[in-house]
Amino acid sequence: MDAQQTLRTEVEQLVRVHGRGRTALMPILQDLNRAHSYISEDAMLAVSDALNVPRAEVYGVATFYSYFSVKPRGVYVIRVCRTISCAKQPDYHPAIAALFDELGIGFGETSSDGIFSLEQTNCAGMCDQGPAMVVNDDAHIHLTEASVRTILNDYRHKAQAAQSAKKAQ
Amino acid sequence: MDSELIAVTIDGKEVKVSPGTTVLEAARTVGIHIPTLCHHDDLCSEALYSQTSSTPHKGEHTHQHEESAMLSTPSSCRICLVEVEGLPKLHASCALPIHNAMTVRTTSTAIRHARRDILELMMSEHFGDCFACARNGTCELQMLCADYGVTSERFGRPREPLFEKASPGNIIMRDQNKCILCRRCVRMCALYQGVYALTTEGRGDHSRIATFMGREMQDAACINCGQCINRCPTGALTERDDTEAVWHAIEDPDKLVVIQTAPAPRAAIGEAFGCEPGTPLTFQMNTALKRIGFDKVFDTNFSADLTIMEEGSELISRLYKALVLKDNTAALPQFTSCSPGWIKFIETFYPAYLPNLSSAKSPQQMMGAVLKTYFAEKNGWDPSKIVSVSLMPCTAKKFEAGRPEMDSSGYRDVDYAITTREMARMFKQAGVDVPKLDKTDFDSPFGTPTGSGVIFGTTGGVMEAALRTVLEIVTGEKVESMFDHADIKPVRGFDGVRMAEVKIEKVGPVPEILSHLVPDFEWLKGATLRVGLAHGTVNAIRVMRDIQEGGPLSKCHFIEFMACPGGCLGGGGQPIPTDQEIRAARAKALYSEDAAYVVRKSHENEDVLRIYREFFKEGPCSHKSHELLHTHYKERV
Repeated sequence: MDAQQTLRTEVEQLVRVHGRGRTALMPILQDLNRAHSYISEDAMLAVSDALNVPRAEVYGVATFYSYFSVKPRGVYVIRVCRTISCAKQPDYHPAIAALFDELGIGFGETSSDGIFSLEQTNCAGMCDQGPAMVVNDDAHIHLTEASVRTILNDYRHKAQAAQSAKKAQ
Repeated sequence: MDSELIAVTIDGKEVKVSPGTTVLEAARTVGIHIPTLCHHDDLCSEALYSQTSSTPHKGEHTHQHEESAMLSTPSSCRICLVEVEGLPKLHASCALPIHNAMTVRTTSTAIRHARRDILELMMSEHFGDCFACARNGTCELQMLCADYGVTSERFGRPREPLFEKASPGNIIMRDQNKCILCRRCVRMCALYQGVYALTTEGRGDHSRIATFMGREMQDAACINCGQCINRCPTGALTERDDTEAVWHAIEDPDKLVVIQTAPAPRAAIGEAFGCEPGTPLTFQMNTALKRIGFDKVFDTNFSADLTIMEEGSELISRLYKALVLKDNTAALPQFTSCSPGWIKFIETFYPAYLPNLSSAKSPQQMMGAVLKTYFAEKNGWDPSKIVSVSLMPCTAKKFEAGRPEMDSSGYRDVDYAITTREMARMFKQAGVDVPKLDKTDFDSPFGTPTGSGVIFGTTGGVMEAALRTVLEIVTGEKVESMFDHADIKPVRGFDGVRMAEVKIEKVGPVPEILSHLVPDFEWLKGATLRVGLAHGTVNAIRVMRDIQEGGPLSKCHFIEFMACPGGCLGGGGQPIPTDQEIRAARAKALYSEDAAYVVRKSHENEDVLRIYREFFKEGPCSHKSHELLHTHYKERV
């Protein structure tokens, strides 16, 4: 099965869960975005055909929300809070420097191994426990230079384990 | 009903409106003009309703596309701000429905200042100079800036482009530097055309108008109809400008530059010169074209009539194959093929139905093919030196002229297709004031103005012309015996989808010219010919769905499709503005031309009969006519 066909099958499975109406557009995009870290062109075309929603409209929705991406992203999307209560913490800048140093990328970029994407967010809702960042769905608080390195290593190992498990299959 | 009306006071004037009417609409009914850059008469609920009302789905207005939020007014420009007594702040009148009595002011210092601020903010993201813009003089943003005295650059102006310009390969040219995000184009494309080539990408100050995956228009699922251009308030959407190339050809002493003019531009070009909509300038325009240097001016009516001969003969032979020979390769209903927007539409969205399309080329391409063959031979002109130009109401004609297969003459059949707007600009550049000119006839041998040709410019016109010819050929009787003055009223009008039936009571002998296609017409005796019509491709979708579901339109024999609302007279290349009222005025002009002409039937056009005597000697749908006058289509993704 080619990649496009696989996606179409995947979307059909999601249609079974969420239905075929226009209202299924958001949940299906969310599932796709979660599964692939982004919503590819082929995925949008498959959704457009399955739900009978024009492809441009699918694209419009997919580009509207910042948690969706139409460009490839890492397995883990790191969103660092940039709001003032986090930014005023003494550990804020050392933590960010550690992120840059560990990942070798800046904001808006994806690491060459495809594991991490680095973004900024306006508020993670952790103002009393900053500096904070959110990695996919998990919040990390009281960041320091050292804790950032540990957190990244944990995710890196997780990703590598998942990759080798996939290969072993 | 009266008891339900609500009284509102707008600038001291009392007006009674039905609940839900917006303040903007209510103000217009008492002649109070509230400026706006995103509202358009075509995109208000009433116009949209009439566009999609009518057979076959009476009372059905919930298409899939209408479920989207696009029906509601975007209220994106915020220019139409008004004050409402008792409410804080200013309100966008286009998004303010009236449900209770209210008192509204549409002008005050606060309103004027707010509107000017908004305009200045728009200009702070607007890159490009007015003098270097195709919309200079017809730009709604420019006019409002003038009205509101936007003379300063309080919020600054971009000193360099914020977006890249579209590449010259596009026919629909977008320049996002001039876009104010009003979304008229998005809504037009979706609600009238059902194409959905455009959308809003991103959010907030990152939002911009884009195609799927942010592609250029030429790579998008766009049918080139140009309706977006015609609704754009600024110069963010324009058609590819081919005027320089045409001037270049005119000034080249080695070239013979020939132009054909389609019916719809002649009913509209006057608008660019200050005439009332619906002022036909057919023969004044001939004088103007000669004056700016065209060697020959031909009437596309000729090839429209030729199209009827070919398409009508094709219909008769399809019916014969399907009904008598039971040949299931003869697909019915037959679809018309003269609207290039519709062609790209069906190629993209309904490719399974390509066999239903008439193989006859459009009038533009038929004229192109005979110009560089028959005409060149007849006049001893070297076809390689002929530059074939067409004046069209249409941006999709540029795409059609550029289709690779359109070179059956051995050369490009049509070198340049230019829009009514481009032509008006050329006349102005040459200092030619078209309405003031004397009248000049078209050049022979393609110069007989015919009623059947001229009504090609309006929705229902191709069908009416085809019926006049087919009915006379089949019954052997004058069509006037069936319809007064040969006006086939059942196919006229502006309903989005229409159907009509004509009973064939008696049949006549097969005329010589069609003897190679059918032996007799006995099989048509007592038959009912059913025809359908649709204009604006959103209505084409309704027809196609009905056919898929086996509804009444699937029982039709012949269906006319026009991509643009109103047919060619509402084409994307026509003068700006275009709206319902203006389309109706242009249609009136075309029907009045039709009524005034001596020849009103395609098979009575002497130029057409001559070309069958001298050139296509084997008649319509013969080998030679297939080579030059017919084409094929391809599926697009």
